[in-house]
Amino acid sequence: MRIFLTLTRRELAAFFVSVSGYVIIAAVTLLIGWSFVVLMTNLGSDPSPMPVTELFYRTYFFWLIVLLATPIITMRLFALEKFSGTFETLMTTPVSDLQVVAAKFTAAVIFYTVMWLPMLPCLFVVRHFTDQPGSLDPGTIGGMYLGVFLVGCLFLSLGCFASALSRSQMAAAMISFVLGVSLFSLGFLAQAITVAIQWKTRLLSYFGLFDQMNNFARGVVDTRTLIFYISLTLFFLFLTLRVVESRRWK
Amino acid sequence: MAMNENAMIEVKNLTKRYAGRTAVAGLSFTVARGEIVGLLGPNGAGKSTTMRILACYLPATSGTVRVAGFDVFYQSDEVRRRIGYMPENNPLYTEMRVREYLKFRARLKGLGWRRSRERVGTVMEQCGLTDVSRRIIGQLSKGYRQRVGMADALVHDPELIILDEPTIGLDPHQIRAVRQLIKSLAHAHTVLISTHILPEAEMMCNRMLIMYDGKILAADTPENLQRLVAGKSQIIVELAAPATVLRECWSQVPEIEHFDVSASEGEFQRCALTPRDGLDLRPMIFALALRNGWVLRELTRNRHSLEDIYVQVTQPSEEEEEES
Repeated sequence: MRIFLTLTRRELAAFFVSVSGYVIIAAVTLLIGWSFVVLMTNLGSDPSPMPVTELFYRTYFFWLIVLLATPIITMRLFALEKFSGTFETLMTTPVSDLQVVAAKFTAAVIFYTVMWLPMLPCLFVVRHFTDQPGSLDPGTIGGMYLGVFLVGCLFLSLGCFASALSRSQMAAAMISFVLGVSLFSLGFLAQAITVAIQWKTRLLSYFGLFDQMNNFARGVVDTRTLIFYISLTLFFLFLTLRVVESRRWK
Repeated sequence: MAMNENAMIEVKNLTKRYAGRTAVAGLSFTVARGEIVGLLGPNGAGKSTTMRILACYLPATSGTVRVAGFDVFYQSDEVRRRIGYMPENNPLYTEMRVREYLKFRARLKGLGWRRSRERVGTVMEQCGLTDVSRRIIGQLSKGYRQRVGMADALVHDPELIILDEPTIGLDPHQIRAVRQLIKSLAHAHTVLISTHILPEAEMMCNRMLIMYDGKILAADTPENLQRLVAGKSQIIVELAAPATVLRECWSQVPEIEHFDVSASEGEFQRCALTPRDGLDLRPMIFALALRNGWVLRELTRNRHSLEDIYVQVTQPSEEEEEES
């Protein structure tokens, strides 16, 4: 556990010491702010029955942030260490592969969470200037953040896996981006082939990240989605662990 | 399995194959506790691969490797606790500060908070890093970085220290400092160093393993290896005397197996004499010159350095190896 904490601290420090960490945060803040402004303008012209949080997820900016930022956050994790050779010094200390994977993933998740913080002030602005207290209740916000967190974990675990596969950060980012986009579009596939065989549509609809996110934004936490996200995240982390271990039997 | 109590490293029939290429082929050697052993060989001889296997980074294709009695594959944790390993090119986290990095590494290697603080202080002093403890590693010179790598290998006071090319890319002054440091580690630690620079191994090691093409060609102390080729040592004499007289003279000495006379500047003649059984002919030659009243300008015994052994056993190796 001590080693896990030491590793996590270093990984986190690496995010915040380098410029790239701040660039990511700045870009995300910009995108959040921009989508917020667009949203407010639209709301000003015609009212909507949906909660603000849901409206926010209806904007494609949200998915753009998730799909683009996660590969950039995770690309460094293993690929850079392999490239610079520090992976060798790391793995020849008495640390276990599991500790390394867990620490890297945890650090990425913490960074990701920090990255979403600029969202909070936007919501407070809404709260402050609307006369309807129901437009933003803690449940909706909590559900929304849970959703953001779970989607993030899933995409970050994907990114970890991609980074463990490659020695090049660029390749790692591209692999995780492609995997992420594919996963994301599976849900749309379900809508496109509704006429086809029942079980296939149903299977695909489980992957409807977009719809699931809308539920979260409405404050609906479905255990099926919860299990779906957690198990898929763990699955990709497991794959990452296997890739890291693979050098022992390759 | 019989275990040698005194052996720090036991390698038996170690083979490592990468896809389509054999890097190490049936290697066997032992290193006793407290020894400084040099693993010597041209680039691509399998030195780094051997060290990586010893450091539990790569698995062996076949054969057994034991460090301090623990198997590197099955008891990898125990082995890793006992070794300090510095890979080739000394990779470091360049964004960290020296003290911070060493402390991080000490913690990773399982040292407690207080102990790691204490050890970091000790190794920084040992490696001459105290002045740069707050500097960012990426901004340090290569010599300092190398010292950071060494400090990292030493920080948990390991039984075995494995250094892969510790002096590569350093200037002579820095090389000397690193060499001193490694020598100071003797007795308390077992050290395995790889290098392709011969004089370095000659100076630092108690024993050398000469590797070529994944095999060990020779393993002995530098002195013994030298004796191996001493029989072929030559004596170089420069005398002011007519060449014909000299030829006549050398052919009458029974101890000289072979001689070669060539003209030098002025009236000097340069003679290369090969004595029988490595005898030292110098006093005899001096006496001869004195008796005949010849001016003697040079009298040297050309001791075969390890370089010759090295070139001899690793032939045909690249020219670059001999230059360094």
